[in-house]
Amino acid sequence: MLSNSKRSLVLSVVVGILAVMPVLASAGEWQYNMTEGVTSISKDVYDLHMLIFYICCVIGILVFGVMFVSMFLHRKSRGAVASQFHESLTLELLWTAVPAIILIAMAFPATSTLKDMYDSDDPEIDILVTGHQWKWRYDYQGTEVSFFSNLSTPSAQIDNEQEKGQHYLLEVDEPLVIPTNTKVRFLVTAADVIHSWWVPDLAVKRDAIPGYTNAAWTYVEKEGVYRGQCAELCGKDHGFMPIEVHVVSKAKYAEWLAGKAAQAAEVKAASSKTFSFDELYSGGETLYATNCAACHGGNGEGGVGPAIKGSKIATGGITDHLDMVINGSPNNPMMAAYGEQLDPVSLAKIITFQRNAFGNNMGDSVQPLDIVTYKQGQ
Amino acid sequence: MAHGPAKGFTRWLFTTNHKDIGSMYLWFSFTMFFLGGIFALVIRAELFEPGLQIVKPEFFNQMTTMHGLIMVFGAVMPAFVGLANWMIPMMIGAPDMALPRMNNWSFWILPFAFALLTSTFFMAGGAPNFGWTFYAPLSTTYAPDTVTFFIFGVHIIGISSIMGAINIIATILNMRAPGMTLMKMPLFVWTWLITAYLLIAVMPVLAGVVTMMLMDIHFGTSFFDAAGGGDPVLFQHIFWFFGHPEVYIMILPAFGIVSAIIPTFARKPLFGYSSMVYATASIAFLSFIVWAHHMFTVGMPLVAEAAFMYATMLIAIPTGVKVFNWVTTMWKGSMTFETPMLFSIAFVILFTIGGFSGLMLAIAPADFQYHDTYFVVAHFHYVLVPGAIFSITAAVYYWLPKWCGNMYDEALGKTHFWLAFAGLNITFFPMHFSGLAGMPRRIPDYNPLWADWNMISSVGAFLFGAAQLLFLVIVIKTIMGGRKATARVWEGSHGLEWTVPSPAPYHTFTTPPEIK
Amino acid sequence: MEQQYEHYYVPEQSRLPIFASLSLFLTVTSLGSWLNNIKADESGGTSASVFVLSLFFFMAVLYVWFSQVVDENRRGMNSAQLKRSYVWGMGWFIFSEVMFFAAFFGALWYIRNVALVELSEGPTSEILWNGFKSEWPLMITPDQAANGAAAVVKGPAENMSNPGISNWLGWLPFWNTSLLLTSSVTVHFAHTALKNDKKSGLFGFNSMLGLTVVLGIIFLFVQYAEYAHAYHVGLTLDSGAYGTTFFLLTGFHGLHVTLGTFMLLVQWLRSVLKGHFTHHDCFGFEAASWYWHFVDVVWVGLFIFVYLMG
Ligand code: HEA
Ligand code: HEA
Ligand code: HEC
Ligand code: CUA
Ligand SMILES: [Cu+2]
Repeated sequence: MLSNSKRSLVLSVVVGILAVMPVLASAGEWQYNMTEGVTSISKDVYDLHMLIFYICCVIGILVFGVMFVSMFLHRKSRGAVASQFHESLTLELLWTAVPAIILIAMAFPATSTLKDMYDSDDPEIDILVTGHQWKWRYDYQGTEVSFFSNLSTPSAQIDNEQEKGQHYLLEVDEPLVIPTNTKVRFLVTAADVIHSWWVPDLAVKRDAIPGYTNAAWTYVEKEGVYRGQCAELCGKDHGFMPIEVHVVSKAKYAEWLAGKAAQAAEVKAASSKTFSFDELYSGGETLYATNCAACHGGNGEGGVGPAIKGSKIATGGITDHLDMVINGSPNNPMMAAYGEQLDPVSLAKIITFQRNAFGNNMGDSVQPLDIVTYKQGQ
Repeated sequence: MAHGPAKGFTRWLFTTNHKDIGSMYLWFSFTMFFLGGIFALVIRAELFEPGLQIVKPEFFNQMTTMHGLIMVFGAVMPAFVGLANWMIPMMIGAPDMALPRMNNWSFWILPFAFALLTSTFFMAGGAPNFGWTFYAPLSTTYAPDTVTFFIFGVHIIGISSIMGAINIIATILNMRAPGMTLMKMPLFVWTWLITAYLLIAVMPVLAGVVTMMLMDIHFGTSFFDAAGGGDPVLFQHIFWFFGHPEVYIMILPAFGIVSAIIPTFARKPLFGYSSMVYATASIAFLSFIVWAHHMFTVGMPLVAEAAFMYATMLIAIPTGVKVFNWVTTMWKGSMTFETPMLFSIAFVILFTIGGFSGLMLAIAPADFQYHDTYFVVAHFHYVLVPGAIFSITAAVYYWLPKWCGNMYDEALGKTHFWLAFAGLNITFFPMHFSGLAGMPRRIPDYNPLWADWNMISSVGAFLFGAAQLLFLVIVIKTIMGGRKATARVWEGSHGLEWTVPSPAPYHTFTTPPEIK
Repeated sequence: MEQQYEHYYVPEQSRLPIFASLSLFLTVTSLGSWLNNIKADESGGTSASVFVLSLFFFMAVLYVWFSQVVDENRRGMNSAQLKRSYVWGMGWFIFSEVMFFAAFFGALWYIRNVALVELSEGPTSEILWNGFKSEWPLMITPDQAANGAAAVVKGPAENMSNPGISNWLGWLPFWNTSLLLTSSVTVHFAHTALKNDKKSGLFGFNSMLGLTVVLGIIFLFVQYAEYAHAYHVGLTLDSGAYGTTFFLLTGFHGLHVTLGTFMLLVQWLRSVLKGHFTHHDCFGFEAASWYWHFVDVVWVGLFIFVYLMG
């Protein structure tokens, strides 16, 4: 019996080692610990993490050490005879008190870090962060600047048809930009379900709760690109709504903001411009891919949402189509009201595209002004 | 009263015998463990490398959800109830459970409930896809229609659990043989008594919260909708008021099992019996005031955040008392390492590791980095797999000879242990690393940064799964035959269940035993 | 079976549990598909009829089950110990009901003291719900405050709260409180009468219990009138957090009163028709009366937290 069990032990150890081999081989390059991050809070959190970790290690070594010694010395096969002691009030009190003291000691640094995290008062910049299925929207408070930030990894990479890039699934079309050495407050909320806005390097993670706002803040000294992901299950593409934060110098930030504001003004102006069919159609193609394809399929074949190809609405009256896209579906909240999310130019492009792509061939088109008029008419 | 079991399959349908019902619970749980395990393997297969390979994201979410639900409600809880059914009457010298017919009802609800739950895979919209924690509004306004069946499934599972718990309380308080005072009861009975209280206190709250969902979905109420003055976070508070005690429901009976096995194979009485009882009660009490540690990032006020942090940290104290008592029980014993003992020792070590990561999670500021990452997944699998599952496995090896009268094959048992031990650590240990390195949970695809850890995890998962196949073989083989077991079975075993022959007669203690 | 100190009764095999499980399963499944059909704007169709049949099936099983338990007891098969188990069982069942209500009371507390305050005073409440003011009863929902007529969730036109003590005589909840409190007293009288083996007569068990049942039924009618009034003045399930908590709390209470009344009615019938219950053997009645007291206590909680402090 003993030899049998020894054999099985050896067997399992071998299997175990084989499986762990790759780890040992390349342990050096692997990230296996929490990031220290780039803010004073994130560094505090990291220190706290390491502190608890070491405390647990020490306790673990003691407890498991005693166990192993006992398993080695006090085994029947070595002729150990069992003692019969089974009680000691002193010991019980001791091992109640000592952990209690350790825990109290740990509570102090934890509480002070927690206080710092909560101190989001007096920000220099306020940004409203809204989680949508499945993208983030950033509104710079007090400016006209407001945009969506979508996953930009091509679907060919996701479907393994193309080599995956370094920032696979952690890259967006329009990153959030903030300046260095500035207290930035994030007001986090959501439009549909709960999301969570998380950037590890900033140690900021806040749940985005529909109808409510949570405040978080950061103060970054180092320029750089910091990446994160949505950290609350929010449906199908929860794994595909990354966050990219570019921290730039104050000067560059001012420049960027001005550019964005100008762009916003331009879009506003463009709302009264008339576009050619081709401009609308080809612009719509890319916008469709980023905004709608997730549910309606890259080729309009449908998915979570119904097919656009041959759809009654996309091949029916324009008003119904406008209504569906601008106000969303009354029956299914997944089809959101895009009237708030996209500007009239983009909407005109997408709708024109939907009406003419995938063999829909309606031949008609929608101008930004139509959208504006429709919205005003409501 | 009939002396033996009835003939034919109606024996199982109509039975009132605690042993029959216990066996049915255990087999049901085993089936669910395999089903939930297969879902886990789908998850691990998809996560083997970056990119979408095997399943679509929406199906992946269904897998995650159903894996969690089935393991928690289908595998672990019924297994413990099965063990309670088999062992509690024998341990306290009672002829059966207090309310035998209701006992059978508690069981038979479960197969129906899980049939309902799994049938949603075949309905339009698919199975629940909102996580086992089903946060509103993803589980209400944005859920597939099948959520209605999920809700009713949870309702009837809750009814089953409450009836089961009432039965266990009545049995323990009312059916003990004369002389079996409370402080003479085996710890398994104690831990189950306290678990039963937890169940009665929190299962109705779960029923309440799913009822609120039902109302929001079908009757236009606004519990979880800010537009009408409700709050999605309210859902989380109520859910976790249930959910946190729930995780202790899945570990307290395990403490009881290990407290039975370690003394047996150390041939030494359990150290600190009464402090074990008090520690269990303290854990149960504390479990009601820590729920919001699952919600550190929802934006509670600072004071609430801190209070929940402190309360959570406190749980380490009574749990530590238990760990230290087990270690001291082993100290200066005369130990042998049969399979149940191996599983129990692994339980103590690996559960403690899971407890340590729990304590790390309890530190609120640090949890901002850990929350909803694989670090949490690592934590709870360390307390659930080597915790709940290993203790159940240990219990099966420990009591199987008593149940069927045959000894299991020790060599195979040990092989099972070492394969499971290796598989488990290979699966779940790397999750600490991928989690700390920033990998969120519940995602079907990820950045190659975490690819290596995931690959190892997936290999480990299949190894662990294979080990469980071996377990199935061992159990069947033992039932079919093997060396005959004595009444006492183990050299160091103590307690009433070892005074009856092996296999235990269909009816035991129809006259109460003498308690010294 | 020899008995040394107490006689255990372990019932023989029984078909009841499996039928109870099956019928419960059918009931919830058909109810689920019925609700889903309604949501999809289809008629209930077959699932509605299946639901009714299954529910009937389930109740029939319970009826047989309870009759059997009563019958066994009458035939003296139940030991004192088993009776104690029933007592424990009923006691903990009631406790589980307490926890069920606790979830709803907790939700009410949270919405009033946390959610609404946050909605009106949170860091960006002017962006999300501009103009929303926290108040209770919540007459203007956040949606309404922000979106006016376009709002989906609108508050009620009137609430059911305390109209001031001088108007209590015209206020249904006041009458309901009196009814239920009286019924708790009458059921207690019934109990004392039974303890004195006084089953007939004006203050006897039968008449006191009968009176309790009647009071319960009147309560339900008044509650119905209250609901009809509420719907009439525009307080419905979908009028925001107030309607939500108002109807859910009083509604679940109402369901429990229905069940409690039914339980008492059954005990009354047993006593009147079959002559069951003596002063030392009346668990069925006692269980129902505990349940009744529990329902009463819940009402007092409701009266305070939903009506008076509403
Ligand atoms: C059996 C189940 C079980 C058990 C026993 C535990 C035990 C503990 N858990 Fe765990 N937990 C889960 C199951 C369990 N958990 C699950 C399923 C989740 C995830 C749910 C989900 O989101 O899906 C979770 C999540 C979870 C979180 C939320 C994480 C997040 O989402 O961000 C937290 C945070 O505080 C936590 C803490 C703890 C603590 C402090 C303990 C303590 O009880 C541990 C105490 C034990 C020890 C500490 C070790 C032994 C003690 C000593 C040797 C004494 C000396 C030690 C010291 C002084 C350090 N758990
Ligand atoms: C007691 C509870 C329990 C148990 C035992 C397990 C067991 C396992 N779990 Fe876990 N798990 C949870 C409870 C549990 N889990 C919960 C609550 C969640 C959270 C869900 C959520 O986020 O909502 C979760 C989530 C979860 C995730 C994260 C998913 C995500 O975030 O998307 C992963 C990923 O690897 C995982 C893996 C595993 C594995 C590999 C096992 C293994 O131990 C399983 C081993 C069993 C088998 C493999 C079956 C037996 C063998 C066969 C059927 C034979 C065939 C096999 C071979 C031939 C190899 N689980
Ligand atoms: C989150 C998923 C999702 C996204 C993203 C989405 N839709 Fe939809 N869409 C739906 C669903 C679901 C429906 C069905 C609504 C219903 O049943 O009433 C729908 C319906 C439609 C319809 C009506 C089709 C028909 O025949 O009924 C149109 C047109 C449409 N969407 C356009 C768009 C446009 C344009 C976009 C992008 C700007 C978009 N959708 C993005 C989910 C989505
Ligand atoms: Cu958004 Cu997850
Ligand atoms: Cu918890």
